[in-house]
Amino acid sequence: MTAIEVEGLSKRYGPKVAVDDVSFTVAEGEIFGLLGRNGAGKSTTVDCLAGLRVPNRGRIRVAGLDPRQDRRELRQLLGVQLQESQLPDRLTVGEAMRLYASFYPRPADVDGLLEQLDLTDKRTTRYRRLSGGQKQRLSIALALIGRPRIAILDELTTGLDPVARRDTWQLIDDIRNQGVTIVLVTHFMDEAARLCDRVAIMRDGRIAALGAPAALAQPTLEDAFVALTGRRTS
Amino acid sequence: MKMLTITEAKLLVREPLALFWGLAFPMALLAVMGLPSSNIGGVPLVTIYEPIVIAFIGVVFGVQGIPVQVAGYRERRILRRLATTPAGPVRVVAAQLIVSLVVVLAATAGVLAVGRLGFGVPLPRQAAGFVAVAVLSATAMLALGLLIGAVAPTARSAGAAGTVLFFPLMYFAGLWTPQLSPATRHIGQFTPLGAGAQALRDTMAGSWPHPQALLVLAGWTLVCAVLAVRVFRWE
Repeated sequence: MTAIEVEGLSKRYGPKVAVDDVSFTVAEGEIFGLLGRNGAGKSTTVDCLAGLRVPNRGRIRVAGLDPRQDRRELRQLLGVQLQESQLPDRLTVGEAMRLYASFYPRPADVDGLLEQLDLTDKRTTRYRRLSGGQKQRLSIALALIGRPRIAILDELTTGLDPVARRDTWQLIDDIRNQGVTIVLVTHFMDEAARLCDRVAIMRDGRIAALGAPAALAQPTLEDAFVALTGRRTS
Repeated sequence: MKMLTITEAKLLVREPLALFWGLAFPMALLAVMGLPSSNIGGVPLVTIYEPIVIAFIGVVFGVQGIPVQVAGYRERRILRRLATTPAGPVRVVAAQLIVSLVVVLAATAGVLAVGRLGFGVPLPRQAAGFVAVAVLSATAMLALGLLIGAVAPTARSAGAAGTVLFFPLMYFAGLWTPQLSPATRHIGQFTPLGAGAQALRDTMAGSWPHPQALLVLAGWTLVCAVLAVRVFRWE
């Protein structure tokens, strides 16, 4: 079954075209990567999927729902980790988890999720005292607390050290094995090659290439990315 | 909603500056006014200042607190993140308003207690009228704060706007010159705290608040709230 359908999606901000006639589908249980340089249209695409922005044109279905019209139902099924989204400084890890858990009818186990993300001993630590990596892990935990069927993870491992990155990859594998469909927005080619079943490489608001990482790799995914998107990866 | 409200309450309790300016400072100010036992025209200074101090509390939590909280949540993309959850962003702002209203009313009760126990200021003689005016003054300040928070791009600019507004609001309440000239009083009765402080004073002395004062307070509440909802920037 199809988890996400995007057909002819376009989004302009004034005269600037951010996303230009983008189409793709994501199968249920798949990990789908959205790659591209800054400003390529990845985040705008993801915002439209999450119902945060209204497209100028195109049709989107997420779990069969229209992100704008069926917002209420979609919010129950979709877990979103946004770029640069923070929490109140004085909120503790445990409080944030319990608060977000209270939004959903049958949330995941708070302790289990904290354990999985190696945050158990940070339960009573306030947000502003967390390291960058710990904040990032908490943000991932909050995206997963509602047991989403589909998770959108924007810049998943930005700011994580190599060990934390590997642990997070493991976590993504585990979540996928539970049947969750994942859309991963990333800058890191090794991450996309390691995790994604298929990737779309975006450039100037369009999809420049779409397929399995191994099929696109020439000889590596990063080489393909550079060839498709211009100079060096940022 | 309950969980959001409890969380916002905890966060407010953890803001030492808000608690100082909103709770400790007003009571200390009242105590200072009560100590010299001086009076203006036979009325003890502490009695004159009690409604002014109550108005002050509303400004601290409403016009200075709420804008920073709301704009800060927008700036840190907390509202945006909540928009992706079943809770939505509206409820967290509502929780902030509820918590602030409760705190303002509790601090008002605290000021009445300090005035009564410490300096023998009688409790409001027209209690129902006093409660009505206290609630409306608080909602007017919260609505004005919400309007600032609705449009201020950052927490910093929201704080600056609140501080700038503090001066005219409190001037007409009589913070610096309790006895305003007739002309200033005429203008003042149309400002939320000019009307609010006078109506608080009337009800403390035992009469019903002037209907015009209630209308002015309700009007500020309604107009600011409606404008805030219409122009609110979620990101």
